[in-house]
Amino acid sequence: MQPTETFYDVMRRQGITRRSFLKFCSLTATALGLGPAFTSTIANAMETKPRTPVLWLHGLECTCCSESFIRSAHPLVKDVVLSMISLDYDDTLMAAAGHQAEAALEDTIERYKGQYILAVEGNPPLNEDGMFCIIGGKPFVDQLRHAAKHAKAIISWGSCASHGCVQAARPNPTRATPVHQVITDKPIIKVPGCPPIAEVMTGVITYMLTFDRIPELDRTGRPKMFYSQRIHDKCYRRPHFDAGQFVESFDDEGARRGYCLYKVGCKGPTTYNACSTVRWNEGTSFPIQAGHGCIGCSEDGFWDKGSWYARLQDIHQFGIEANADKIGGTVAAGVGGAVALHAAVSALKRAQVKNGNGAGGHGVAKDKESV
Amino acid sequence: MSAQEPYPAPVIASDFDETDKSATARTTSVYVYEAPVRLWHWINAFAIATLALTGYFIGTPLPTMPGEASANYLMGYIRFAHFAAAYIFAIGFVFRLYWAFVGNHHARQLFAPSVWKASWWLEVLTEIRWYLFLEKQPKKYIGHNPLAQMAMFVFITLGSIFMIVTGFALYGEGSQPGSWANRLFGWVIPLAGQSMDVHTLHHLGMWFILIFVIIHVYVAIREDIMSRQSIVSTMISGHRTFKDDDAD
Repeated sequence: MQPTETFYDVMRRQGITRRSFLKFCSLTATALGLGPAFTSTIANAMETKPRTPVLWLHGLECTCCSESFIRSAHPLVKDVVLSMISLDYDDTLMAAAGHQAEAALEDTIERYKGQYILAVEGNPPLNEDGMFCIIGGKPFVDQLRHAAKHAKAIISWGSCASHGCVQAARPNPTRATPVHQVITDKPIIKVPGCPPIAEVMTGVITYMLTFDRIPELDRTGRPKMFYSQRIHDKCYRRPHFDAGQFVESFDDEGARRGYCLYKVGCKGPTTYNACSTVRWNEGTSFPIQAGHGCIGCSEDGFWDKGSWYARLQDIHQFGIEANADKIGGTVAAGVGGAVALHAAVSALKRAQVKNGNGAGGHGVAKDKESV
Repeated sequence: MSAQEPYPAPVIASDFDETDKSATARTTSVYVYEAPVRLWHWINAFAIATLALTGYFIGTPLPTMPGEASANYLMGYIRFAHFAAAYIFAIGFVFRLYWAFVGNHHARQLFAPSVWKASWWLEVLTEIRWYLFLEKQPKKYIGHNPLAQMAMFVFITLGSIFMIVTGFALYGEGSQPGSWANRLFGWVIPLAGQSMDVHTLHHLGMWFILIFVIIHVYVAIREDIMSRQSIVSTMISGHRTFKDDDAD
């Protein structure tokens, strides 16, 4: 292998002009919310720092994270960041295959011990000793542990690696387990979403390269710059929510007028992501803008929270169709009935006592209603 | 202890202290709920009613308002009422906790039922038997009877804490990281799983407290009629009056 190149070297080698390079730097600074002064910082980092090797592993996943990543809004991001990463290891995208690919992985681990970033797309299934996901003839969980051992930090791409996603949904037959529950001794950056927004993915990598540290994380390990607000907080339909104007059902007048999708189950108020600010596909749109509620794909266990078209989530302990209102309403009705019955018996009992000292303890024990 | 009396009741109920004993011997009423406790009770009742109603409409909004978005602010007002009532509810609860320390000894019952006393549990049984129509005559109480203490502690003390903690955790989502609510209670969200789970728990908490309200109103009226002391008027005047002169 050649001595380590800088990002800038790689870009120039790929025929990217300095002008395009600087445009990329300013766009990235804006995406990270850093302000114009940081454009030169990013440019400087790209020019001088040896590129950080990134190993990109694939466990149980659908590759939607990779699909999103290669569609990063600014073409430059795809051309530059992705090709550099794929230079080391990404079994889905790299040209090498088989033993050659595995050798590249080993080579990077050996040469850059403690310096490389491990990006994980998907998660390891732990049932049957991990046999539900085999990479290069071995369980994925072994590859993950092996590659994580000397990693500087781990990026958990997408909801699979961060939370488990669909393969970890009930009843999770393969015991698919998010990365942070398998690797516990490394800093882990969770970038949830199914998939995460492309600019969020490249933004996280660029931040780590520029500042040589992991971005500031929230309580659950997500980068604050992209996951500190809910979709709802920055939704362009929020005025309709505050006004009390809702889509009551799809294709109704409210839907045509672009009212709030809360009543048709939009999970925007409970979902932390940057969709309503960064949007998708070069800022073209995002689900709510297309007239469909947010399904909360970047939230833990979103597959198991009941219908995507209802605000109240299913509560599994009480059956398939139960939610908080059904359970609460049923119990309240039951208690109300018990109270009415108890009141009736109390009144009878009292009348009995008044009319000649009643029947003592007889005849009342049959009523077992109690509060 | 004879076989005929499986639940021998003590002569004096456990919430009588020496002052109470002499008080009941001489007078027919005892000042039990001090003015701040009464005021808190009714403010709290009003806050709970507001919170439950507005909370329900936040979860299941009213039909769509016609006209321009700028001409309406219905959800905004409902949410404002919910948050304002929540502050009143929470501050009231903190005040009530403070009053447990500076108020009379009845004011402490809400936070510290005497669960370590065997006599207390015996009286719980007596009360259960009373509600099952197995006791001819209930006991006399100045404060809450032990069964009521238990219900108050579980539904109001624990219930209020639960609603305040989950409620302000959700409030902290809107007021965003760095706000006091998010700093103080933001940890609740990952603990419960995610935001949706906290919403569901908070929603169930509303039903939990509403169920208590049903029982509470019924039992207060029933006891006012059938027990040996005043109940409903006591929360207005503060005085517990008794219908007979028997010691217990």
